[in-house]
Amino acid sequence: MTTISFLILPLLVLYIILYGFKKKVNIYDEFLLGAKDGLITTFKIIPNIVAMIFAINILIKSNIISDMFLFLEPYLDTLSLSSEILPMTFLRSISGTSTLAIMSNIFKDYGPDSIMGLLASTIQGSSDTTFYVIALYYGSIGIIKNRYALGVGLFSDFCGIIASFLLVYIFF
Amino acid sequence: MVNIIWGIFIIIGISYSIITGKALIINNEIIASGTAAFDLITDMMPLLVIWMGLMKIAEKSGLIKKIAELMTPILSLLFPKIPKGHESIGYIASNVAVNMAGLGSAATPFGLKAMQKLQELNPDKKRATTSMITFLVLNTSGVTIVPTTIISLRMMYGSANPTIVIPTCILATICAGIGGLTLDYIIRSKNDNN
Repeated sequence: MTTISFLILPLLVLYIILYGFKKKVNIYDEFLLGAKDGLITTFKIIPNIVAMIFAINILIKSNIISDMFLFLEPYLDTLSLSSEILPMTFLRSISGTSTLAIMSNIFKDYGPDSIMGLLASTIQGSSDTTFYVIALYYGSIGIIKNRYALGVGLFSDFCGIIASFLLVYIFF
Repeated sequence: MVNIIWGIFIIIGISYSIITGKALIINNEIIASGTAAFDLITDMMPLLVIWMGLMKIAEKSGLIKKIAELMTPILSLLFPKIPKGHESIGYIASNVAVNMAGLGSAATPFGLKAMQKLQELNPDKKRATTSMITFLVLNTSGVTIVPTTIISLRMMYGSANPTIVIPTCILATICAGIGGLTLDYIIRSKNDNN
């Protein structure tokens, strides 16, 4: 299944080029035009990414999120879980790289096939990093009034995490 | 909302580190976070440049328009405000397809392009439209059929069955998607002013 997924991009590139030839597009010239757009877009999103990473890294490095969940430890024992999993639920919407790091640690300490490992995998897969997606996509076109996007995005992440816990207990 | 959350993250982070005696760590983090951000940008920039280039070809040749026409019947249910066959639908469809394949970072250029096209339909360039929000919700719930990063990490740590989590991942992300889209639909139908 993973090999199929690695065929998608090469085939897509091939198709775009062939289709361009068929329609007699000046493909090289158009590529350059688009690539220039890509550069401009990158520059537009730099401030948003820097701002997001700045605030998120300060929050994460202060360790407050991991500390916050320590007091729940006794209740987790009954579910054969350790408190390491909880920061993941909270951080999933905020920082994809830090949940990935937590997941790797859990794999290392408990094994990927333990209930902890399976739950960490499912939580990681349940959603994308809401804060990052919103900062990136709105930043690229200069939207300032976010409206209700963040609220709905976080609610969606919440549904995904609740579902992860339920699904892992049903399936495994 | 983002203004408040952004401030709160920084205030909580710095105050908590000072209280718990980790001022040095946070001091270093303030200096290093810029580098972390630029690392992310240097990772993303080449992808954006290449894919925006390729997509320009696809746009010029009419391929995006073709995808848009094919996907309109399905996606117009989620995006009632987008005119039939509008190019943004083509980009939204491509973004969702590449995301589903688990190639998250390669999906970003399509998503950014979709946002640019949605912005063309936007009367107030500073304010998000309902279509943009629906698209973001679709994106943040991260509909993924093959979670490639997770599977490769599971392999790396010696899992006996790395792909065993595919069903739970798919179901969990579907729950996230349904939850988000339902709430989005409720809010959207309550204040239907674009």
